[in-house]
Amino acid sequence: MEAVEKKEKVEQKQDNRLKFLNAALKRNLYQPDSLIEILHTAQELFGYLSKETLEYITRELKLPPSKVYGVATFYNFFSLKPKGEHTCIVCMGTACYVKGAAELLSEMEKFLNIKAGETTKDGKISIATARCIGTCGSAPAVIYDNQVAAYQTKESVIQKLKEWL
Amino acid sequence: MDLAELLEIAEKERRRKKPIEIHCCVAASCVSSNSQSVKDKLSELLSNTDLKDRVEVVGVGCMGLCSKGPLLRNSVTNEFYCHVNLDNVSEVLKDIQGQKARIEKLKIDDPFYRKQMHIVLENSGKIDPESIESYIAEGGYLTLYQVLHEMTPQEVIDEITKSGLRGRGGAGYPTGLKWSLVAKSQAEKKFVVCNADEGDPGAFMDRSVLESDPHKILEGMIIAAYAVGAQQGYIYIRGEYPLAISRLQNAIKQARKYGLLGTQIFESNFDFKIDIRIGAGAFVCGEETALMQSIEGKRGTPYPRPPYPAEYGLWGYPTLINNVETFANVVPIIRNGSEWFSKIGTEKSKGTKVFALAGKVKKTGLIEVPMGITLREIVEEIGGGVPDGGKIKAVQTGGPSGGCIPASKLDTPVDYESLISLGSMMGSGGMIVMDDKTNMVEVARFFMEFSKDESCGKCIPCRAGTYEIHNILTKIIEREATQDDFEKLKLLCQVVKDTSLCGLGQSAPNPVLSTIMNFEEEYTSLLKKDT
Repeated sequence: MEAVEKKEKVEQKQDNRLKFLNAALKRNLYQPDSLIEILHTAQELFGYLSKETLEYITRELKLPPSKVYGVATFYNFFSLKPKGEHTCIVCMGTACYVKGAAELLSEMEKFLNIKAGETTKDGKISIATARCIGTCGSAPAVIYDNQVAAYQTKESVIQKLKEWL
Repeated sequence: MDLAELLEIAEKERRRKKPIEIHCCVAASCVSSNSQSVKDKLSELLSNTDLKDRVEVVGVGCMGLCSKGPLLRNSVTNEFYCHVNLDNVSEVLKDIQGQKARIEKLKIDDPFYRKQMHIVLENSGKIDPESIESYIAEGGYLTLYQVLHEMTPQEVIDEITKSGLRGRGGAGYPTGLKWSLVAKSQAEKKFVVCNADEGDPGAFMDRSVLESDPHKILEGMIIAAYAVGAQQGYIYIRGEYPLAISRLQNAIKQARKYGLLGTQIFESNFDFKIDIRIGAGAFVCGEETALMQSIEGKRGTPYPRPPYPAEYGLWGYPTLINNVETFANVVPIIRNGSEWFSKIGTEKSKGTKVFALAGKVKKTGLIEVPMGITLREIVEEIGGGVPDGGKIKAVQTGGPSGGCIPASKLDTPVDYESLISLGSMMGSGGMIVMDDKTNMVEVARFFMEFSKDESCGKCIPCRAGTYEIHNILTKIIEREATQDDFEKLKLLCQVVKDTSLCGLGQSAPNPVLSTIMNFEEEYTSLLKKDT
């Protein structure tokens, strides 16, 4: 019984997400030049851009699929694969690099046994790198689930990953 | 809205303010060190004391010294409280109450602040970036009123031209000239674009300005639009800056509500709208033609110029593109006059420049200095030198398009021309200090890896060239390269520089060339001897 309820809830949530996506399309008057805005919204809602989502956007904006796919793969921000439950983004900007961000990353990669841009097998944690998040004053910085953390060390990153596992 | 209403808002806001304000930094760097909860905690502590009617805690933008964050300031004594956290915030309260407090304090005449000159950052760290009233109380939008009612578009352009302002995005194109080109183009529509796609790693000036004083950028853009005759503006901002985006969205909403954006601004017959376009993580989109492609919803690939955006820009219409910091200079120039501005700086580079000082230096953060100051003054006096007694080896400016300036050249005054003569460039303003432990070949490879990944792939010199340069650098680092490879590297850098389509490729070899120019022995010592 409970499981059924839970499933209904999930479906409900998905319906709502589609509603939000449609609202964004309408707000942009279905203009093809709003493609990047729409992809942003879709990724925010669904966490990543699935083939179905891209096809849906293609139809709604009346664009060739090649163009939508081209844009979605050109920009680093868009992800065509689902992300882990938690994400951990290591800033690799110059200031962070000079202060040892590369070592932080390799420490994490070793600990989780995955490479940057990958997700652990159980779908728990994804690690990725960012170009520069602009908080160079507090380098090296790491973003844990959208929260920027300052002055990270090898110990503090592993500590955080352990909390998530 | 008319002038009387504007002045009334300013007056009302000034009356509302409490005599003592504790400014708490709520820009991204301090937020990452938990400043928001410090602010809430201090407000809560204050509400339980008899000071609550006289003291108010206000969230403000960046106060510059990020490495001492979270940073708070007492608006009356002008002293800063450093490294405030939830545990020692009660000491700040004690200090306000006049008791002895155990907290690190910094005076405004600290060397970090003494040599600075704030024009772009004049309101940064003093006003609440979430409140338009706070901006108006500091004289905000008054300049816009004067422009719309007392100046012709040509007069505005003349002021900007006479001031000698040059584009702060890096290349240093004269702003007045750009404006007059767009103004001269005849078309039914024109656009003004603010380039806030600050992609250089190690640069965070534009983020700080937008997070600290968003209305100043809006006002500058509206004045620019009036001068060139545009009706629509776009701010193209990086998706990596969520806080700056939300502050801008909020600012646009407030300006619209007061009739400062939209139709008949200040009851003149001038209409202007601003929309935000959020970037999606492509460095090349900072290049103006790629940026326009991205605004149009396409892949951000550059195209050859001419035609320049001033004639043929967004959707084929004349478009004015300026950087955030350039727009931030507009209001002060019009308000204080071009003569005032042109007295600051050097002969060819006028005004100030905002730098993001980071890397191996004691005090990191955001600084604004007059052009012509030497790098040594910036790094050693403002930045306080290298921590732990290390020595400066080089200063990197201009990000992946710039180069490394060796310690021996630190006495060079900072302006557009002198930095280029050293093989670097002004760039947007990232400044990374490197100490003697830094391996310069590794640094060159770090930037080349960046350029290689960010190359859009449209033109061959950049796409294949950056890849090959990266390969040779790796070979050198692994001690597998010969003198022959080294010669090939130098030649390849020159070819990529000369033949690439856009600024990304043309400047990508700079980090390699400048490190070869200044630290050649680091390369040659890694080469394999001929057998």
